[in-house]
Amino acid sequence: MSVTTYQLKRVDLIFKNENDWKQILSKTLKRKKEDIINSLISSELKGRGGAGFPTGMKWKLTSEAKEETKYVICNADEGEPGTFKDREILTQVPHKVLTAMAICAYVTGASEGYIYLRGEYKFLQKSLYNAIGEFERYCEEIGFHFRIAIFMGSGAYICGEETALMESMEGRRGEPRNKPPFPTDSGYLGKPTVVNNVETLVHTYTIFKYGAKKFRDLGVQYSRGTKLFSISGDTPIPGIYELELGMTLSDFVEEFGDGDTKAVQVGGASGFLVPRKRFAETQIGFQGKLTGVSLPTGGSMMLFNSSRSMFNVLNNYLDFFEEESCGQCTPCRVGCQQLLKGIHAVKRGDKPAVYLNKLLKLSENMQYTAKCGLGQSVGNSFASIVENFREEMIF
Amino acid sequence: MNEKVNITINGVPLRVDENKTILDAAEELNIKIPTLCYHKDLCVAGNCRVCVVEQVGTNKLPAACATPVHDGMEIMTNSLKVRNARKHIIELLLAEHNAECTKCYKNGNCELQELAAEYKIINQEFMNLVADHGCTIDDFSPSIMKDDSRCIRCQRCVRTCAELQGVNALTVAYKGSEMKISTFFEKPISDVVCTNCGQCVNHCPTGALIEKNYIEEVWEAISDPEKHVVVQTAPAVRVGLGEELGFEVGERVTGKMVAALKRLGFDAVLDTDFTADLTILEEGTELLHRLKEALVDKNPDVKLPMATSCSPGWIKYIEHMYPEYLPNLSSCKSPQQMFGALVKTYYAKERKIKPENIISVSIMPCTAKKFEANRPEMHDSGYRDVDYVLTTRELAIMIKQAGIEFMKLPDEHYDRLMGESTGAGVIFGATGGVMEAALRTAYEIVTGREVPFENLNITAVRGEDGLREAKIKIENPVKEWAFLDGVELKCAVAHGLINAREVMELVKSGKSDYHFIEVMACPGGCLGGGGQPIPTDPEIRKRRMEAIYAEDMGMPIRKSHENPEVKQIYQSFLGQPYSEKSHELLHTKYLPRERY
Ligand SMILES: Cc1cc2nc3c(=O)[nH]c(=O)nc-3n(C[C@H](O)[C@H](O)[C@H](O)COP(=O)(O)O)c2cc1C
Ligand code: SF4
Ligand code: SF4
Ligand code: SF4
Ligand code: SF4
Ligand code: FES
Repeated sequence: MSVTTYQLKRVDLIFKNENDWKQILSKTLKRKKEDIINSLISSELKGRGGAGFPTGMKWKLTSEAKEETKYVICNADEGEPGTFKDREILTQVPHKVLTAMAICAYVTGASEGYIYLRGEYKFLQKSLYNAIGEFERYCEEIGFHFRIAIFMGSGAYICGEETALMESMEGRRGEPRNKPPFPTDSGYLGKPTVVNNVETLVHTYTIFKYGAKKFRDLGVQYSRGTKLFSISGDTPIPGIYELELGMTLSDFVEEFGDGDTKAVQVGGASGFLVPRKRFAETQIGFQGKLTGVSLPTGGSMMLFNSSRSMFNVLNNYLDFFEEESCGQCTPCRVGCQQLLKGIHAVKRGDKPAVYLNKLLKLSENMQYTAKCGLGQSVGNSFASIVENFREEMIF
Repeated sequence: MNEKVNITINGVPLRVDENKTILDAAEELNIKIPTLCYHKDLCVAGNCRVCVVEQVGTNKLPAACATPVHDGMEIMTNSLKVRNARKHIIELLLAEHNAECTKCYKNGNCELQELAAEYKIINQEFMNLVADHGCTIDDFSPSIMKDDSRCIRCQRCVRTCAELQGVNALTVAYKGSEMKISTFFEKPISDVVCTNCGQCVNHCPTGALIEKNYIEEVWEAISDPEKHVVVQTAPAVRVGLGEELGFEVGERVTGKMVAALKRLGFDAVLDTDFTADLTILEEGTELLHRLKEALVDKNPDVKLPMATSCSPGWIKYIEHMYPEYLPNLSSCKSPQQMFGALVKTYYAKERKIKPENIISVSIMPCTAKKFEANRPEMHDSGYRDVDYVLTTRELAIMIKQAGIEFMKLPDEHYDRLMGESTGAGVIFGATGGVMEAALRTAYEIVTGREVPFENLNITAVRGEDGLREAKIKIENPVKEWAFLDGVELKCAVAHGLINAREVMELVKSGKSDYHFIEVMACPGGCLGGGGQPIPTDPEIRKRRMEAIYAEDMGMPIRKSHENPEVKQIYQSFLGQPYSEKSHELLHTKYLPRERY
């Protein structure tokens, strides 16, 4: 039997719409800024966009930055293959996102906000602008000055990376910047900027509404609260689910698998592949004491049953990275090409099986040396697939 | 302001300013960290990742050029982890690179090659990607060649063209494996806004961007007994050439350069400085004429400020970007082209050589001059005025090929007729030099007195600031120029095209009331030209600049109008400055071009 310590729980906080945003907004704007920050910090909310940075801390740093002009950006670039949850949020509960942005602006001292909307989500633009119009009118009514604009992305995955996103907003090519400085010090137009994922913002709404404790009571240590999962692949019930963090992968597969699940890719192309033998010891969260714990990143969960070739799966991921790398840094630009070309060479027999070891070393060095999260995480899927399904790479 | 922090590098403690990068801090300890995309002239890109170091206690290997130090940081620059990662990175670059060094123009002066040699990248196991990329060679321009198969995508050229020049002819196109350096709609460099300044060439670490070289053509001309091959040397070459041939930066090698050129077999070794002096008389006179027509006659067709026209990079820039200001350009040709027109007329006549038998070669710190010599306007002698333009670097290559031990050469003198120069001609090689030389002469023409500065050194127009201004008040002029009495002549000097844009925007906004502006396309002026030795950086430019001014101070004659050969040519050939003959040979026109 598995060492399950935790039962899988479905929750309904994110999409529950009680249409109370005006109330939450005016109530929260009356609170002291430090009080808001402290409650976010004590909620232990971590960013849902990928890096898992503590949200309260991000707002705090930006509020402390000594600059007149600051910005709030909602990252709705949602480019990770297999994720589609931010789209749902913006369709169903846009006011929650706008409210959270306004409160962030209040806390940090920003007066302008942007939604960086994925190019493919252009169809959302109109309804979002309607929501923004209504929202801004209410802000005026209660005497809070905050404007929100939508910035349309144009289809490059890398523009979801927060500094590439800002480069693109500034009219340049979407290439990630050097960090430090971090956006909280020098972001959009060189000004302190909070960049938060759509879902992260909605969680802050939950916290403003119910208090930090209620949020903190959900999930497990290091991984508090809930998370939206975009579940796809070999599952009878694909879709978006809000689940408490901390479940094991066994529980997850029990619920969502088709009875023949051989592996699950946790966290999309930049996440890890977990093979069946590790399901029980793998806990879904940011960090934990069990081995093989995975970061949910965008929250994509892709299930594979025994009919799937892991070589093809890896090939797809590498194809994606080879094309979506911005191309500026050597380890990522050339590394991706080498990994892709390399597995084919091994498969064809042009390179010996031990060449995979050289590629594994390369993928490890990419993790250490690439300039941004994209290149740094290519090795996640590469190593976890090659190490667990080595024979499928060769034969 | 500058807080100090304590760090260690390879175990050695160091106290440094907290805004320093790891790379700068290591330099303080004389620890070299290899770099490729980093260049002292440019903003930090942090994209090649060759400079990665280990930050003890973390999992990442940060890029030393792009990472600021912080208190308590422990850095290892040569740990096993660093070495392995760095070797991988170099190997990756080589996998994507057409590494046929023996067939590369930059063989022997390539940063990638040096790094590969240092790290002994012998067992290259990664797969070669060159064929996958379908790289193209762009050799349509008479100045610059671009070979994508040699490109390591460090973007130094892109940053150069944007940050130093503000031209943005080169940009990054595509992403991922297809990312490359390209131009507007992937047109050839010759068909876009590129000014041919060659700064990108000077900043490229590999053989991807090089000058179009004419070394073989010149050897052929020299070996042809029918041909009389004349060579001219630009002012800035003499303070740069030594760097390529064993001398310290900033060494003046004028006499040795002349000796070397003679040994290479040129039939006459002459000096562009001579036509620099001539330019001053033509351009100075033009300025005074313009002042008269604009200020006294109120002729609306005469435009002020007048802008210098001796930098072909600047000329092409203004043709593309500010064509409405072409009437503001002085109609004077550059000294190179004045020289070319005179060699096949005046010189030919005096030396009794048929102009069709003369091949005129020029040695320039410049790649734009290759383009300039190729312009259809530049045939006023009835022939192509300048046949071949070589950069300082190409000359160094020829000297090496000829087996000349440059450092041991005696100092020799230029040949007569067009070989005499003054300090004023020499300082053409530095930003502000044309302005200073012009003022030395014009002031004296107008007032009959020397410029009122100690040792004739007009220090206000010298220096490294991108845009400098100077005023000089005219008092008690001679009768002919009485209308200038009390006029304060306002001048501006800009170098690097990014600063040219600044000065032009000032002019455009109407906020400036300059009479005369000097623009040099390259940072530092020609001494920092695109054809100068590689590397060129702020410190090197400074040393070359000191050398230029030292050369000026060492000249017996320091004012253009006192150059005896200049006096002679007016007497026996041109008549007087701005004469009809001058107009025929020494002045030209410009044409508007597209903005992309
Ligand atoms: C290659 C790459 C793509 C990314 N794409 C997204 C994205 O589409 N949406 C998103 O919210 N964050 C994305 N991120 C993460 C952002 O850089 C950033 O960490 C995040 O928006 C911060 O918000 P959070 O703290 O709320 O998670 C991406 C990161 C990388 C490296
Ligand atoms: S890691 Fe990849 S995506 Fe990130 S900067 Fe480097 S090349 Fe661009
Ligand atoms: S052309 Fe030269 S400078 Fe430009 S990216 Fe390529 S290697 Fe770098
Ligand atoms: S020659 Fe000058 S203008 Fe042309 S691309 Fe290079 S740097 Fe830009
Ligand atoms: S500044 Fe000198 S080197 Fe540069 S383009 Fe002009 S003439 Fe050539
Ligand atoms: S030199 Fe530091 S990343 Fe290129």
